[in-house]
Amino acid sequence: MASLISDNEQPSMTINPNSTAHVRKKKRFSSSSPSSSASISTESHPRWRSEKQHRIYSAKLIQALKQVRLSSSSSVTSSPTTHTRGKAVREAADRALAVSARGRTLWSRAILANRIKLKFRKHKRPRQTVIPAMTTVVTTGTSRNKKRRVSVVRLNKKSIPTVNRKVRVLGRLVPGCKKESVPVILEEATDYIQALEMQVRAMNSLVELLSGSASAPPPI
Amino acid sequence: MSGRRSRSRQSSGTSRISEEQINDLIIKLQQLLPELRDNRRSDKVSAARVLQETCNYIRNLHREVDDLSERLSELLANTDTAQAALIRSLLTQ
Repeated sequence: MASLISDNEQPSMTINPNSTAHVRKKKRFSSSSPSSSASISTESHPRWRSEKQHRIYSAKLIQALKQVRLSSSSSVTSSPTTHTRGKAVREAADRALAVSARGRTLWSRAILANRIKLKFRKHKRPRQTVIPAMTTVVTTGTSRNKKRRVSVVRLNKKSIPTVNRKVRVLGRLVPGCKKESVPVILEEATDYIQALEMQVRAMNSLVELLSGSASAPPPI
Repeated sequence: MSGRRSRSRQSSGTSRISEEQINDLIIKLQQLLPELRDNRRSDKVSAARVLQETCNYIRNLHREVDDLSERLSELLANTDTAQAALIRSLLTQ
């Protein structure tokens, strides 16, 4: 069981709860400590915010986009269908994002499986046993920080079907989680949101670079 | 660790997935959302609200990625290979 926990995120939380405050600070000020966050590669929250991860993703994105551009320019139909080209770019970006996840999350495997049309069902079983062990450790961390953070209302009998319904909707939004259980969907959603934020930041900076260089050539 | 798990299992007698776990996951999710994270008010945020904001946020992010993809595709169609190589060298420095 210990090996399964180490396969999943946050092994440092078992040591002492004080590290959770450190993890939260690292999440906010990731740019100030890139070296320390790059060394701890198994934690989930700083994983998507480290400089190293940003470089990895942008390098992969550039490569994928160049392939997309070359394939579209070599084809005969260079018609101005921006939607199909936009979709190809989106798929390339999603694929680069999924590869950067290193196959540890459900949604990344689902994205890659849809492209290659293979199924990786054997990885789904060990994840469901890891999650109860992980969240029982998290309680020690959040109980200390509840005085600063807003705490969530306890789920009572009336709100369970509402929560269930909304979690199902959320599961449809995250790729590959349509038929998963509630804690799996919630955990996948936390990772997916951070990955999407990184993707948006990377593509934003890329667009700025491209539009900036198109208007005024750099003095090199 | 087995003691904690049996205690959390006793809170909900029927399902293996206890409400404590779901609550903790929702708290983690709430801290990712930009709207609910900096909430200084002392009143609690309901789980349904967190989930609703999460769905909205993911849809917003998807839409942003789609818009950025379209802009990127237009920009890539107009630039030539020299500028693309320049951008790559700028990014890997």
